[in-house]
Amino acid sequence: MLASSSSKLSHATLVHRYPPSKLHSEEEMSDTVFSSDENEMNYKCENVARKDDENLQCEEFEETPLYAAILTYLSYAILCLFGWLRDFLRNSNIEKKRGAVDPNATLGFVPLYQSYESFYTRNMYTRVRDIFNRPIASVPGAQFELTERVSDDYNWTYRYTGKTINAINLGSYNYLGFAEKSGPCATDAINALKTYGVSSCNTRIELGMFQRTQRYHVELEQLLANFLHVESSIAFGMGFATNALNIPAVASKGDLILSDEMNHISLILGMRLSGASYRTFAHNDMKDLEAKLRAAIVHGHPRTQRPWKKIIIVVEGVYSMEGSICRLPELIALKKKYKAYLYMDEAHSVGAMGKNGRGIVDYFGVDANDVDILMGTFTKSFGSAGGYIAGKKSLIDHIRVNSHSNTYASSMSAPVVQQIISSLRLLKRPEGQKRICQLADNTRYFRQKLVDMGFIVYGNKNSPVVPMLIYMPARVTRFNREMLRRGIAVVTVGFPATKLLDARVRFCISAAHTRQMLDTALTAIDEIGTDISLRYSTRHKSRRLREL
Amino acid sequence: MGSSANQDNVASLATDFYSLLESFKETPFYHLLFEIFLVLTVLWLILFRKPRRIEKKLTEKEKQELIDEWQPEPLVPPVDANHPALNVRVLDGIVGKTIEIDGKKSLNFATFNFLNFVGNPRIADKAIQAVQKYGVGSCGPRGFYGTIDIHLELEERLAHFFNCEEGIIYSYGFSTVASIIPAYSKRNDILFVDEGVHYAIQKGVEASRSTVKWFRHNDISDLERLLAEQDIHDKKNPKKARTLRRFLIIEGLYMNYGDLCPLPRMVELKYQYKYRIFMDESVSFGTIGQTGRGVTEYYNIDRRKIDLISSSLEYSVGSIGGFAVGSSFVVDHQRLSAQGYCFSASLPPLLAAAAIEALNIMEEKDTTLCDTLMEKSKRLHRKLLDIKGYLIVGEDISPLKHLRLTNSQNTVARLEEIVEFAQTRGITITVARYLNDEHHLPEPSIRLILNVEMTDEELEFLCTVLQEARVKVTV
Repeated sequence: MLASSSSKLSHATLVHRYPPSKLHSEEEMSDTVFSSDENEMNYKCENVARKDDENLQCEEFEETPLYAAILTYLSYAILCLFGWLRDFLRNSNIEKKRGAVDPNATLGFVPLYQSYESFYTRNMYTRVRDIFNRPIASVPGAQFELTERVSDDYNWTYRYTGKTINAINLGSYNYLGFAEKSGPCATDAINALKTYGVSSCNTRIELGMFQRTQRYHVELEQLLANFLHVESSIAFGMGFATNALNIPAVASKGDLILSDEMNHISLILGMRLSGASYRTFAHNDMKDLEAKLRAAIVHGHPRTQRPWKKIIIVVEGVYSMEGSICRLPELIALKKKYKAYLYMDEAHSVGAMGKNGRGIVDYFGVDANDVDILMGTFTKSFGSAGGYIAGKKSLIDHIRVNSHSNTYASSMSAPVVQQIISSLRLLKRPEGQKRICQLADNTRYFRQKLVDMGFIVYGNKNSPVVPMLIYMPARVTRFNREMLRRGIAVVTVGFPATKLLDARVRFCISAAHTRQMLDTALTAIDEIGTDISLRYSTRHKSRRLREL
Repeated sequence: MGSSANQDNVASLATDFYSLLESFKETPFYHLLFEIFLVLTVLWLILFRKPRRIEKKLTEKEKQELIDEWQPEPLVPPVDANHPALNVRVLDGIVGKTIEIDGKKSLNFATFNFLNFVGNPRIADKAIQAVQKYGVGSCGPRGFYGTIDIHLELEERLAHFFNCEEGIIYSYGFSTVASIIPAYSKRNDILFVDEGVHYAIQKGVEASRSTVKWFRHNDISDLERLLAEQDIHDKKNPKKARTLRRFLIIEGLYMNYGDLCPLPRMVELKYQYKYRIFMDESVSFGTIGQTGRGVTEYYNIDRRKIDLISSSLEYSVGSIGGFAVGSSFVVDHQRLSAQGYCFSASLPPLLAAAAIEALNIMEEKDTTLCDTLMEKSKRLHRKLLDIKGYLIVGEDISPLKHLRLTNSQNTVARLEEIVEFAQTRGITITVARYLNDEHHLPEPSIRLILNVEMTDEELEFLCTVLQEARVKVTV
């Protein structure tokens, strides 16, 4: 009912004219990627990974060099020492205690946090807090505005100067570039707002005798099922909650769940809440998985020796911290051989992988019906919010009846749903195909250049999540701050989100990035990499960018 | 002959025995010891050593047979095709004070639209402006460039509204309280929870893996009994008691019952037994208290005595999401340890903008909105009490009421007939739905929700229809 325009360039008539952004004109902000430069576009579409292409599963996880490991442990040891020193100074009142104080401290209450729990927060996290939680003041597209904040007391408190910093965005999950403030999707969302309001204040299942759902929900679910080539689908308002609240609907006590060790925490929470037993297998290791499957079927429940009611294998399509892709053809073969069920979380891969953007199923060219439960989110590739589960009709009906979200959580907001519908429709048209091609091309280019320069990059060469290893906490911080000084915003993660040794920077490539932006980023990485010696790789020769 | 042979035998035995004894005397001492040791070892082996368990070693062939034979259950059990969740009817338009179903308009007493902000043009305008500035999605979690300045503004405004030090927002109402509880309460900590709390709180309690002590709904004496028991337990082991945190989890206005918690007494007990109070004010935010600041305003209790107030933006405010307010010491911890905050994408900016505008309206209207709502709730309560055959549960000032049939006729089927009849007359109401694994499944009821813009005539009409419905159904 809300037809979106097919022309790439037109900004459909906006009823409310907004004042122009105070710092940059629209053109500079480059809202729509494909508004210019046809030449750049034509180069690329051949690079999209095809089934007969070279090995789709080509992944690399280079080992940590010994000196880096030693230095990293040493860094943490020194940080700990200083932490103890500072704590001692604070406790003996030589140094002022900063941070909030428990209002109930003197009344005999049990302390809310153990001192050792907040040791890390007080002494390590706070010192480098400015590299996380950076607020932005614009649409999180390929380039965005960061609000400038300064601290006068070493990151305990912040002061906002009121200015903004323009930066290239290599941190947001914007794989297909749908984070736009104008264009067909935004216009549709605004129209949906006007027609349906912001929200409807009710759950999906309670509105009189029969479930009365909004038209756009039904449309979304049908469109999504067609897009993924499955029978049926159901959408929820939050991706995290989709996992945490729907795994209990599918698994229960007496079942066994085999999950990859790098699975996201929402999957782990869902597994715990379901009451089923769960075991982990080594990351992407099919031999380990097979051994565990065989052992599970042969021996049954460890204490009662009863056979398991069913076995579910839980994997992710693209792992967000490793950049690796699950081995789907082998998983399907295993699942069929041992009669297990497969749950695949495609949060980062739907829209971003595959010739048509259908995710890992499309990437490997397998039948979508072989994966029993397909799950994904709309936040990353569709520029919206929410999650979905897709599969056979019997499964989706069961979830509709038994899901916690359906019964208790409020239904999705209209503009959010409309954004997904518009972007799904767009993906079927040539413009959508261009985005997918552009993403694949950007990914390969960026990864290849990083590897050629001698940095250690994890993961599959087609995955748009690019983790580059830095190991030492101080270098991680320095890298982040230097990149921002050069106008590039990146995401760096360390302990506890990753293992203690493997602190890294994670680049998220987007279809909205132009070749020029990527080159700027690569130049900066090259300079900083030379400055603080980040070229750890022994498999690839270290080279400067200008030599490539 | 025989006797002499016997005699010879005995004699030879005797000599043998004698020579044995002699040889004992001649053997060295260590040899004797060694022999005794051997004898003792044999005795021990016989009497005390447990027989080793023979491990069941299966051959490869047997394993393969087991694998081939194993049949899993189907992934999901079959569902009843008549379940309401599967019979979809589509509706169009804004779900505000009135909704349009199958072309007919009806009054909406079913959605949580207390202050009638759904479809409010001011709020819609602000949301549109937010889309034009920020797009629709926020594309990342709060830690990784998903923090938009509008989120910070909303957090400040909420903290200011409640006169607390800090606020924090979540992107989904259900996961707000379900993430908050496990962030503070770990294994071995003690949670005192009211039995009537809603499902999200139950899930949060489950996810925390703490020791849970349920007390009967709104029954202070039951709570005191549990506290006293725990106290006795503590005195036996004071060292351990000093490391166990205690929390009281309650709601301001209970969604499943429509009644207020006895907060003053609970605050008194807090200082006596040293537990912290986490109160969920999803329903009471914007509806209870002169300016809508919740149960603490109603009872005139200092908000600093409540450690954490969590609430939802999905009911009175008419947006999506949830939030928590409290002292900085308590709230700031969630920024690193609440899973639904750290590992989930942040709230879309248009929903945050809508919430800010709704707060603006609430602050402008100051007391008028909530006073009107409380007045109308009282009036509706009186009218409903007049109808024969219905049991009204809930406070009179609560805009959320549960309606049941009296005389043990209260079944879901009959209530649904009432709902269907009301729909034909132009009133939309709903039966409250629950999943079967609720901790304390409430009795079936119709949940009536009062919209502040309902006029007196409309309330009268509602009561008339309810009366007719009852007559029709119980005949």
